[in-house]
Amino acid sequence: MPSAVKAVKPPVDSDAPPAPAAVLALPLKRPPLAERLALIISEAARRAVPPVVMLAVLIALWELLCSQAGSRLPPPSKVLADTWDFIVDPFYDNGGIDKGAFWHIANSLGRVAIGFALAAVAGIALGVLVGQSTWAMRGLDPIFQVLRTIPPLAWLPLSLAGFRDAQPSAIFVIFITSIWPVIINTSVGVRNIPQDYRNVAAVIRLSWYEFFWKITLPATVPYIFTGLRIGVGLSWLAIVAAEMLIGGVGIGFFIWDAWNSSRISDIIVALVYIGLVGFLLDRLIAALGHVISHGTSAS
Amino acid sequence: MNRSTYLSFEQVGMSFRRGARVTEVLRDVDLKIGEGEFVSIIGHSGCGKSTLLNIVGGLLKSTTGEVFLEGRVVDEPGPDRAIVFQNHSLLPWLTVYGNVRIAVDKVFRRTKSAAARHDWVMHKLELVQMAQHRDKRPHEISGGMKQRVGIARALAMQPKVLLMDEPFGALDALTRAHLQDSVMDIHARLGNTVMMITHDVDEAVLLSDRIVMMTNGPSATIGEVLTVGLPRPRRRLELATDVEYTRCRAAVIEFLYARHKMPARAA
Repeated sequence: MPSAVKAVKPPVDSDAPPAPAAVLALPLKRPPLAERLALIISEAARRAVPPVVMLAVLIALWELLCSQAGSRLPPPSKVLADTWDFIVDPFYDNGGIDKGAFWHIANSLGRVAIGFALAAVAGIALGVLVGQSTWAMRGLDPIFQVLRTIPPLAWLPLSLAGFRDAQPSAIFVIFITSIWPVIINTSVGVRNIPQDYRNVAAVIRLSWYEFFWKITLPATVPYIFTGLRIGVGLSWLAIVAAEMLIGGVGIGFFIWDAWNSSRISDIIVALVYIGLVGFLLDRLIAALGHVISHGTSAS
Repeated sequence: MNRSTYLSFEQVGMSFRRGARVTEVLRDVDLKIGEGEFVSIIGHSGCGKSTLLNIVGGLLKSTTGEVFLEGRVVDEPGPDRAIVFQNHSLLPWLTVYGNVRIAVDKVFRRTKSAAARHDWVMHKLELVQMAQHRDKRPHEISGGMKQRVGIARALAMQPKVLLMDEPFGALDALTRAHLQDSVMDIHARLGNTVMMITHDVDEAVLLSDRIVMMTNGPSATIGEVLTVGLPRPRRRLELATDVEYTRCRAAVIEFLYARHKMPARAA
């Protein structure tokens, strides 16, 4: 039915070209300062009030449950009283492992920083290799898939046997724990580079080297940072467990030491610190990814 | 049309092999395009017109026959055959300026100084009226603006042939009309040789010197070539009642909808 087809396609030529319309500049009206300030405060309150309320409820519940006689765990009021000196002076140093919270956390973070940095560099490099080469992917992917399921602590005896020293062993455990998500996400990112970008690169004749720096890396950044975020979370999980076994200064061994000395309140404070630091690490990597990818990576 | 051959297709054919099955998409495509000519390729979906453009662009290698540009065989992609992609294909992490600059830096690395390359980029952005948006990123601008940047990027390579793959297909009618006018204006000023893929009859008649009509696939080939005898500059409003315009339009519609109407399965 050609006539019917013709009928549904009205001629566009009767369309007038869009006439240049006169643009009137309207003065931008900014609300007065006090009004904007009030708006910001009310918005902040809307976000801050629910978590504060929930926290208060949970702490009250904890206080209620642990205040009864014969309770095995201390209520928050007792935790605060027991650990007040420890909380207010995080920088004391009495030698050995008798140090303030800051030193323990700094030591743990130091190990994570080294292990995670190595994992990031090696993971991105391996991920690019696996993503670009079908042969490398077929060869390495099954191996990675098996290795990544090994729990972090299972690596510790082997690394102690290899390094014969606690410090590099702990760093190796961080490295081997956090490298897998970086490799896997990077390789997925490289494999998912849209054909459009490859076509553009082909037309302007980017060399292999230029393609890597100008297309592969920027196109893969959101994936890389997803991997890095998972990796940093895993390494923070692993360091606490590894430190319990290797000893020395570090928030992990601090907890183990506190348990051996029955300082339950110290354990609870350390747990809060670990949670907060882990949260901050995650936000830090997310923010970094957001900045580097110009907002295309979710934060 | 008394122009020497600039871009020529000689017995171009294309087959895709999937397992044991071979699908012939294009067969025996012969076409000569003169320098400065604006040629549209029109046909139904699946007639291989995009495949044809990708062969000229060097993104695909024809199974048989060759494409010659200025007497030389086309066998790889290159900036002398810049492509305006249907989905604009801008790099999202670069600004409007950066997207054009990356091409200019590569193409004119040896022949222009950094300052000259900057001026060149700005000139192309002005040509498509995007200079004031130079620092925006692709996700901050509209579809029509993205396509303007895509056109600027292609023009900035100073191509011998500008290849446009349904450049306005994803745009609304008003934006499309705007961009068509821009392309006509640029073509009038720069005199580029243009090969455009389209499925819009009015667009083809408005912009082209010649319209190449493709038969339906598989084994599609050139069915007919129509010369549009309309003087330039062309004005959209005046053309509505023009006899030649109406004749060309009717000829293309007759070809597409009467003699080569889309096979029922694909409709």
